[in-house]
Amino acid sequence: MNATSVPGKGHIEIRDVCVRFTQNGVPLDAVSEVSLDVKPGEFVSIVGPSGCGKSTLLNIVAGFLKPHQGIVSVDGSPVGGPGADRGVVFQQYSLFPWLRVRENVEFGLKMKGVSRSARETKARTLLGLAGLLSFENHYPEQLSGGMKQRVGIVRALATSPQVMLMDEPFGALDSQTRVVMQEILTNMWQQLQLSVLFITHDIEEAIFLSDKIYVMTARPGRIKAEIPVPLPRPRTPEMTSSPTFVALHRQLKALIREESLAAMGGELKEGGLAGHDWHVGAEGVGAML
Amino acid sequence: MGTAIRIQPADDVGSFAPKQDDGATSLREVPVVPVVRRAERSDTAAPAGTLRSSAWWRLLCSEGPAMLLAVVSIGLLIGFWYLATAYRWDFYIRFTHIPGPVEVYRDALALFGDPKFMTNITISLRRIMFGFVVATVLGVGFGLLIGRYRAARGLLFPAMEILRPIPAIAWVPMSIMLWPTTETSIVFITFLGAFFPILLNTMHGVATMDSVLVRAARCLGANEFALMTQVVLRGAMPHIFTGLSVGMGVAWVSLIAAEMISGQYGVGYFTWEAYSLIEYSHIVIGMLVIGVLGLLCSGAIRLLARLAMPWQVSVGKENTR
Ligand SMILES: Nc1ncnc2c1ncn2[C@@H]1O[C@H](COP(=O)(O)OP(=O)(O)O)[C@@H](O)[C@H]1O
Ligand SMILES: [Mg+2]
Repeated sequence: MNATSVPGKGHIEIRDVCVRFTQNGVPLDAVSEVSLDVKPGEFVSIVGPSGCGKSTLLNIVAGFLKPHQGIVSVDGSPVGGPGADRGVVFQQYSLFPWLRVRENVEFGLKMKGVSRSARETKARTLLGLAGLLSFENHYPEQLSGGMKQRVGIVRALATSPQVMLMDEPFGALDSQTRVVMQEILTNMWQQLQLSVLFITHDIEEAIFLSDKIYVMTARPGRIKAEIPVPLPRPRTPEMTSSPTFVALHRQLKALIREESLAAMGGELKEGGLAGHDWHVGAEGVGAML
Repeated sequence: MGTAIRIQPADDVGSFAPKQDDGATSLREVPVVPVVRRAERSDTAAPAGTLRSSAWWRLLCSEGPAMLLAVVSIGLLIGFWYLATAYRWDFYIRFTHIPGPVEVYRDALALFGDPKFMTNITISLRRIMFGFVVATVLGVGFGLLIGRYRAARGLLFPAMEILRPIPAIAWVPMSIMLWPTTETSIVFITFLGAFFPILLNTMHGVATMDSVLVRAARCLGANEFALMTQVVLRGAMPHIFTGLSVGMGVAWVSLIAAEMISGQYGVGYFTWEAYSLIEYSHIVIGMLVIGVLGLLCSGAIRLLARLAMPWQVSVGKENTR
């Protein structure tokens, strides 16, 4: 695969971003003063308790949402709206059910006005890279969940974006498929030299994939910690039992547990359950993560 | 049987290297291997011939009784008709002047050689065609606009909501006054009958479409026009075809009524005229022809739906097999 992406591109900068929603007439800060960086070619994950504004943040970079305050730019130009320079993979399956697998992958290229034969070549190359070539003529409904999501990734990659935005893309998959998908993703990422902003609530997944992990606080979402992952590349499944991995895992779990407790603490207090057996609560939250 | 084993690695393990072709080609020959059925397939060792004949047998076993019942059902209807007319049944409902099946059959044979009758049929079909095509273009067009743009909805929908509850037939006198010829006014009535079901179903299709598809298209670089024609329209298509089916039915109802009331030519006019001319068997023939034409038209819509939505066909087949 001769990647068309220029090394040194794909720099995401998020500066002092705030997002405010109005829920039932009450203003609500979903994201507050978030600043973060994804350097060119870097794989960055965001973890945090659910409802902390991870998707909101990603939607801003994707161009679906405008921040209430702050600046988001990719390679120096501010994000104005959605565009093919940023590939997006959604948590829900988002393949067009009326298009065959290859036609789905070609969609972005078609929008760019790429000729039919060039589209086909590109799509088949990428599908081959993801081990999906033999399914190019299937309709999405005929694929398993893991395959659908792989096609989704391939489709987002087809327009050669410098940046990939992924919102819990493997959240709906079973754990075995998930592990395989993670390997496929790292592999493609390395070959194509992309910057990836990846959202997950699976700590292990975040460590396995990332160069850097941001932990977000409970609502309103802020950056609580920025944690580099010093594991060498290529990553292998055996690394998950290495001391570095285990230590990172423990550290992240503790950080997130604090936030989940904070998030749930509010609700527990409101529900009149405050101070009631915190340990059970903590274990419960830990298990949920 | 080997196929099942070969698919498995591609699905669940996934290779990073471009797949080379021995696996790929043989996979392509397998038409559709539904994910859920794989395990089941791998242990059916029976050769294809046996499978096929057993499939026929199963079809006969499952469909046979239903087909028999259908024949009995239609036989009973015709039998009742025959007896009631043969014995001139007159017990509140009166069969005294109703022609029997034999008489209808004999007159029908004569009528189908009559070019005037054939003209009536083509004229009705032409009216349906015009009215329905215009209704489809406008119904789908406005449906997409109203479904997608708040401004279009605010501007167009209230007016349409006022007109919608008025049955197309109620428009007959107004229509005759509005349009320069009887022909156009009948086409207009037909159009009205089809328009609202198509409009409402299109709107519904746009509204219920998964919004993630629109977002996905936008971040793949689709502009507003491409979004409309290649995503929203395609996504709403199942509902649009529901609208077309319903619309076709209502269009026929409206057409026949319009032809009976204001008519010159057409099968509705023919049927009504037969009553005035005391050609009672022609009434029955007219009714049957209307029924058959309606059936053919809705069959055409279904065929069109299958051609326009091949993804649904293949999915449907898979689930029922
Ligand atoms: N369109 C919206 N309108 C109002 N509130 C929203 C909207 N989108 C998200 N929120 C709220 O913002 C918060 C963050 O949401 P989200 O970014 O989806 O969280 P996460 O992805 O981390 O689970 C949640 O409390 C959610 O209810
Ligand atoms: Mg989310």
